[in-house]
Amino acid sequence: MRPQRRSVPLRAVGVLALVLVLASCGRNMAEQPSARAFEASPFFADGSVQQRLLEGTVSRERGGIDASYFSGQDADGLMRDLPFDLTLEVVQRGKERYDIYCSVCHGYTGEGDGMIVQRGFPQPSSFQQQRLLDAPVGYYVGVITNGFGRMFPYASRVPPEDRWAIAAYVKALQLSQNASVDDVPDAALRDLGDSTPTSEGSVRR
Amino acid sequence: MPQIFPPNANAFAKWAILGGGAFFVALIVALPIYARTMNNAVGVPVAQPVAFAHNLHTAQLGIDCRYCHTTVEVAASASVPPTETCMTCHSQVRVGAPQLAAVAASWATDTPIAWNRVHDLPDFAYFNHSAHVNNGVGCSSCHGRIDQMAGIWKNEPLSMGWCMDCHREPERFLRPRSEVFNMAYEPPFDNRPLGLELVAQYGISHEKLYQCSVCHR
Repeated sequence: MRPQRRSVPLRAVGVLALVLVLASCGRNMAEQPSARAFEASPFFADGSVQQRLLEGTVSRERGGIDASYFSGQDADGLMRDLPFDLTLEVVQRGKERYDIYCSVCHGYTGEGDGMIVQRGFPQPSSFQQQRLLDAPVGYYVGVITNGFGRMFPYASRVPPEDRWAIAAYVKALQLSQNASVDDVPDAALRDLGDSTPTSEGSVRR
Repeated sequence: MPQIFPPNANAFAKWAILGGGAFFVALIVALPIYARTMNNAVGVPVAQPVAFAHNLHTAQLGIDCRYCHTTVEVAASASVPPTETCMTCHSQVRVGAPQLAAVAASWATDTPIAWNRVHDLPDFAYFNHSAHVNNGVGCSSCHGRIDQMAGIWKNEPLSMGWCMDCHREPERFLRPRSEVFNMAYEPPFDNRPLGLELVAQYGISHEKLYQCSVCHR
């Protein structure tokens, strides 16, 4: 009788240990239950962890910013100035972003001859059109935010700072295509080296 | 007090000690061999619901990586483009093409395309795209010439040893920031002189890069 009674707690300890050890099986640390970007998820109806923002969501980063920052329009209509200082860095940033997001259709000079247009996308207006030459910088910000005609909105892809930078660069592009030698500051003129003015007076490299 | 263990427990204990020792030796030998030889499906194309061709869109059309992977410079995930990005062009170009049927269906039904993941890091490893592309690690350093791939596959094993190759000696791989998105960038034959310059310029700390908590956080 006595040895048997002794062996019962021992067996219980063994079973308990086995249960604890087995319980740790199958919990794969490489695939944790927490959601990672772009994973599938049975939790949401559409099966994706990437969920759209709810209507009326206030951005922690951009909350309280005036709507004109996104639309390019304030109470006086289309804005003629950037909401921040226009520096060379802003225009250079605008060029970089223009070349990434806009040049595919609008072309590197804004003629509307980008590669996607060559592959069948309807040609957008040239930025040299009088209507667009007259359009203030805010107009371009609004178009990038909301789209225009067949152009989709870029609000989800280009943050507002970059929209202003791109708009500033588009204005610079327009200037560059109609510039004469007289527009070039003396210091920069020396850097142009052997570039010669053409008959129309525009500088060609 | 009665005996708890029967007499044959002695033999069992002896063999358990011997066997356990042998098991651990085998484990220590086998794990590095496994870690260093596993291929992790490098070069194995992953089938996708849409036969998207990176080579057509980047090398041939000249679209920048960032046109679709919009958050690569600012977030951990480079981001898989939503169907809206596809439709920006394909609402007009090649409308009705059979290759684009799944894209059109996704757009019409407002359901995301279920792409199959190609690069799946274990959840206990943290990776941040922006930290890499803003510090001179080129797209092609990890993804290879993805601009020439008609399909999609992993170019590198993404094993810890592979990560450590660069985290130990970043100067072997770093390039100027201006060349990060240049898929055709050819590093100098010996990257170290330039690399060490860039390490200093970017303020990269060898000591920090080497710490466990950089990736395991």
